[in-house]
Amino acid sequence: MKPNTHIPIEFTINGKKVSLEVEADETALKLIRDRLLLKGTKEGCGIGECGACTIVVDGKSANACLMLAAQIHGREILTVEGLEADGDLDPLQKSFADHHAVQCGFCTPGFLMSSYALLKENPHPDRREIVDAISGNLCRCTGYQQIVDAVEDGAKRLRKEKSK
Amino acid sequence: MKKDVAYVRPDTLEAALAFLKETEKTSRVVAGGTDVVAGLRSGMLKGVCLVDISGLAELKGIEEKEGEVCIGAGVTLSEILASEAVARVAPALQNAARVFGSRQIRNMATIGGNICRASPAGDTLPVLYAQDAQLELISSSSLRRVPLRDFIRGPGHTALGAGEILRGVWLKRAPGMSMHRFEKVGNRKVLAVSIVSLAALLSLSDRGIIESARLAWGSVAPTVVRSAQVEKSLTGKPLTAETLGQVFPLVQQAISPIDDIRASAAYRRRVAVSLLFRLLENRESCD
Repeated sequence: MKPNTHIPIEFTINGKKVSLEVEADETALKLIRDRLLLKGTKEGCGIGECGACTIVVDGKSANACLMLAAQIHGREILTVEGLEADGDLDPLQKSFADHHAVQCGFCTPGFLMSSYALLKENPHPDRREIVDAISGNLCRCTGYQQIVDAVEDGAKRLRKEKSK
Repeated sequence: MKKDVAYVRPDTLEAALAFLKETEKTSRVVAGGTDVVAGLRSGMLKGVCLVDISGLAELKGIEEKEGEVCIGAGVTLSEILASEAVARVAPALQNAARVFGSRQIRNMATIGGNICRASPAGDTLPVLYAQDAQLELISSSSLRRVPLRDFIRGPGHTALGAGEILRGVWLKRAPGMSMHRFEKVGNRKVLAVSIVSLAALLSLSDRGIIESARLAWGSVAPTVVRSAQVEKSLTGKPLTAETLGQVFPLVQQAISPIDDIRASAAYRRRVAVSLLFRLLENRESCD
């Protein structure tokens, strides 16, 4: 067992298998944005306080800025780019648009991923549970009412879609 | 990139311990990453080999054995929140987990990291002090159990020996306790470093008399503060504002807060006593 400055890893991102080499102190965020060129995931504070870099790792929300790229080895990652299917937005994305839950848009991918992870775990969240799930995400322009409305409606749309 | 950082991912705890024994001075264990990666970014952490223990099965899981619960050091705060065993043995730990960081942080951060970081503001620590938690420490040649209060020496300083890893935390249900609380004051409800925190376990009689009390404050001294004098002084008295008011001077003697970027020492002194009044609220929510 030898420590390395470059580490080979394999993982799945938005359904695609990837294998590459990462640097020892590289973050998952840097890997996603600068090497995989998936620019939807944002860097806000870089220290886990704003949630702009939220991704879903094995079904759970996580701050990509606090995760080592080497630690995503063997894991399944979903970023905002992975939400749409065949050119169609995810119901959650549609409800964000319909409820004006987006203003400048910088925080939106993070909110979407936090909400997506919540709805996977709990398809019937009440407002309190929604607020709890997105409280690690900051929005400095829209305010939170529309975002909570959007998640509530997104949950309804997803349930409807599933029952089809 | 900074070429002075290296990374290794041992497959087993045994391999991790063997590696740490060889490289104790230059290695840094990383699990959830929430502290270590922030440290790399700020430049506080450099010239290290990161030993990734996040995948080690030996550090995972919550087990119940003969009335005790052992929480693996690699268990996340989210896993603690979801655990029925923790709910039975240490409900206050779940109250602390609920206000720990954010959902994202709770999905990543581990209880072992929160303990070994030994921050005076670590949100699991006051509860673990109040529960008289014991830590299981393992190296390639030893296995020992030490009380948490002997383990934490000061901010960022622990009794973790060379080549040792925290394997898990042992908790017993505090006998007779009917109130299990964790209260904190920070700049906001989530993602806030505690300005002052308080864990309180109280045993109350049917008539509201305090039969025993365990109180532990965070962020008011270099380590979490428990005061035998305060606990003794509350015992045998009714849980009322008057009783709580009587222990204020003892609390003031026990704590030694500092001024920092988050709050002044004087403010912390006021909050350390006013948090006690929260014990009078929501009394019906006790089990």
